Amino acid sequence: MGKADRAIQHRETLMFKRLLPIIKKEFRQIRRDKRVLAILTLVPAGLLLLNGYALNLDVQSIKMAVYDEDKSATSREFINSFVTSGYFDYVQMLSSSAEATALLDDARIKCAVIIPRDFSHKLGSNDAADIQVLVDGMDSNMATTIVGYVQVIALEYSQKIVLQNLTKIGRGNYIPIQLDARIWYNPELKSAKFLVPGLIGFILAITAVIATSLSIVKEKERNTMEQIDVSPISSVELIIGKMIPYAVISMVAAAIVLVAAFFLFGVTIKGSIVLLFCSTLLFVMAALSIGLFVSTVADSQQVAFQLAALMSMLPTMIFSGFMFPIRSMPWWLQIVSNITPAKFYLIILRSIILKGVGLSAFWPQVIYMLIFVTFMLGLSARRFKKTVG
Amino acid sequence: MPNHAIEVDNLTKHFGDFVAVDHVSFTVKEGEIFGFLGANGAGKSTTIRMLCAILESSSGTARVGGFDINKEPEKVKENIGYMSQRFSLYEDLTVDENINFYGRVYGLTNGQIEERKKWVLEMANLNGRHKSITGTLPGGWKQRLALGCAVLHKPKIVFLDEPTSGVDPVMRRKFWELINELSGQGVTVLVTTHFLEEAEYCNNIMLINAGKIIAVGSPKELKRNYITTPILEVQCSNVIEAMTLVEREPWSIETSVFGTHLHVTVPDEALARKEIQRILSEKGISLNHIDRITPSLEDVFIYLLDQEAKKAA
Repeated sequence: MGKADRAIQHRETLMFKRLLPIIKKEFRQIRRDKRVLAILTLVPAGLLLLNGYALNLDVQSIKMAVYDEDKSATSREFINSFVTSGYFDYVQMLSSSAEATALLDDARIKCAVIIPRDFSHKLGSNDAADIQVLVDGMDSNMATTIVGYVQVIALEYSQKIVLQNLTKIGRGNYIPIQLDARIWYNPELKSAKFLVPGLIGFILAITAVIATSLSIVKEKERNTMEQIDVSPISSVELIIGKMIPYAVISMVAAAIVLVAAFFLFGVTIKGSIVLLFCSTLLFVMAALSIGLFVSTVADSQQVAFQLAALMSMLPTMIFSGFMFPIRSMPWWLQIVSNITPAKFYLIILRSIILKGVGLSAFWPQVIYMLIFVTFMLGLSARRFKKTVG
Repeated sequence: MPNHAIEVDNLTKHFGDFVAVDHVSFTVKEGEIFGFLGANGAGKSTTIRMLCAILESSSGTARVGGFDINKEPEKVKENIGYMSQRFSLYEDLTVDENINFYGRVYGLTNGQIEERKKWVLEMANLNGRHKSITGTLPGGWKQRLALGCAVLHKPKIVFLDEPTSGVDPVMRRKFWELINELSGQGVTVLVTTHFLEEAEYCNNIMLINAGKIIAVGSPKELKRNYITTPILEVQCSNVIEAMTLVEREPWSIETSVFGTHLHVTVPDEALARKEIQRILSEKGISLNHIDRITPSLEDVFIYLLDQEAKKAA
């Protein structure tokens, strides 16, 4: 071994020697700082419960009222098909269409069905019967779903009548297209299954970015950074020493969310745990580098907290596809959405958890995240050296 | 040939158009206590930060412990101790944990850390309190713990940036005993302060104003070199009125009030004594006594800063 090699090895062992005390110190401080502990533990737990239960995108038990002017056996049978579908809760029979408006105004029902007087007469004479459906459009997603349900129910009922008529002419078993739709990956169309991966991304983004930036800015604020500066600790050692503890904690948080999601919502991981671990680590690195960037801009914990929340929560909420589908955004917003690594991580997460597919399905996303981490970490480290070190 | 722990050669720092430190050159001998004096914003901290290799100089060089601050900043950092005016240990860690952390950072072995910990706890009077959270300790104890942590690795050179600001007089005295102890062990101490009575404890002092060195030397030398004219201390019934009277006279070079006393700088002591007695008795001011005094550092600095102001005008 040459002299230069030995010198390099000596430097490396020295570096490792200094890294360990930084990591140890950081864990001690996290344990003692109630605020950081809360961000790291309560926030993920709260978010999971809140989003898992409250943010239920499933449309069920739709409160419905009916104004039946026809009052025939046919109209009753038609109304009954709503109730038996399982999606509608029959609230009451109305005596005027004005009553329907009043109930909708008060948000006591989501939808009203009005059946005209000639409903059974027209059906009996092979004429097309009109029905009116009033839907509360305040929540446009829900309204669209309700209209969809009503259409299916009306269609099925029409089909029944058509079949009856065909039977009369001896062609009762003829159906032109037999639809057998199967929804893959999330067969019960449960929102929780769709939301949990998004939630993991959301939680990681928030905890990693906020906690890292706070821990560094706290050192600036309390002047301990000056003591670190005059010590032989290099800025690279400090950055790594700060990142490792928060990476570990973020990974634990992700694991907790996954376990909780299994017990609370029955979400299982279909794909490879190793892939899940690696991609999550990559995303955590991206989040930590954003946190590092924030710490080079902010000088007080207050500013750091706000900035970190802004830089993590907002883009993750809006642009990651966590809640709003990116494909329905205007083209320029779709381009803007690329600023958040969460968008790419979510695609990977959903692929692994829901589809169980391998790297071949999401390697472009992995490459994007690698580029993001390299760029952001490089930029932050450079700024860090200038402003902090 | 005496060895120099610190050699500074034309060190300069600009912040944009503002020149914080302007071609400063000086040397500090091994094992001496070197005082660095100046008003706030005079450039003391900027100079120290450059010597500690945490701030790059705009031009000029310095060698600290034999290492170039610009070329070998890591070497400089390994060989110095630093303590700032603001407490900079981790308040949320215990005394033990702070000592362990800095011990490891400077590469001490477990045995060395234990040995030094004993010394620090003894020195800072913290025996039995090593498990206390540092933030809960009183100010004076904290400062001494900070000094202890700064010299854990037994550096040959220690920088103390206003170490005693915000510390009560008793603690300040104890702190200086520690500084003397370090110096006795051969450690070079560069300390900034704005307490002039503290400057008297230094082997050498340097006064800096607007980024430039105004005077360097031992307290004795400074008093002898800059105050050549006698200073008379006058105690009388109405100090303010007496000052306005004496100020007008052609033989008084400078007058200033020090509490209930009047200090008058005069070229001819005998003449001045006679004249002061005459003027005061004319105005009915009762005179207690007139004494010739040895000038204090404060007299020296007031004189020097006055000269600077006159030069600038």
